[in-house]
Amino acid sequence: MNTLSVRTLFFGVYAELASSREGVAEMPSGSTVGDLVDTLRGSRGLDWLPERVVVAVNQSYAEIGTQLADGDEVALIPPVAGG
Amino acid sequence: MTADGAGEVAVETAITTESLDGTEVFRTLGSHADGAVLIFQGRVRQTNEGRAVSSLGYEAYGEMANSELRAICHEAAQKFEIGAISSAHRVGELALGEVSIVVAVSAPHRDQCYDASRWVIEEVKARLPIWKHEHYVDGESHWVGAPDSNLAPERSSPEPEIR
Repeated sequence: MNTLSVRTLFFGVYAELASSREGVAEMPSGSTVGDLVDTLRGSRGLDWLPERVVVAVNQSYAEIGTQLADGDEVALIPPVAGG
Repeated sequence: MTADGAGEVAVETAITTESLDGTEVFRTLGSHADGAVLIFQGRVRQTNEGRAVSSLGYEAYGEMANSELRAICHEAAQKFEIGAISSAHRVGELALGEVSIVVAVSAPHRDQCYDASRWVIEEVKARLPIWKHEHYVDGESHWVGAPDSNLAPERSSPEPEIR
């Protein structure tokens, strides 16, 4: 089966809870943002990821159904608090 | 600073660790067509939700934060009749009273300045990928907006065995 590899980024409280700021995830070709989130949530130490997590792909906010491509940068965005 | 034009509106944005307390850079904002200049500054407040704050740490998803801030300013340039807009957000550790964000707008008339400035700061609060780590006088700290009551992992529970 063909796979794709994406870089995952964690910020703020997510980085704290994950004890990590970034990682790499291998997914089957054709996977979506939602598939990646489900996979992450099922992995050790990330089961706390909220039901409706906000995600950015390559530095733009992305829908849960967005298809991933090899080499994408996928950031999990905690509730923002700028200003 | 990232500078470019939205039509004829000059747009300038930055995400920076440098102090934003000076406003000198905004002296030349816009053109002589603009009779109004409005500078909004957000500062670190000494209390939040009843707790005494000692300092703040701002973390940003750097590149995305700047492109999102630029997008917000460009949208403002489309929505409002303004001459120029410049906005910068500070990141890193800030003391009480330090400026965390500046939104500077110039326009022919004051109404558009006030409307655009208000719109931009609300969009920033809703969209900019920046997080605020509040440090309290009592020694505790908290990520603002983090629903950690139902997020907190039970770190004491044993890890499942992997077969």
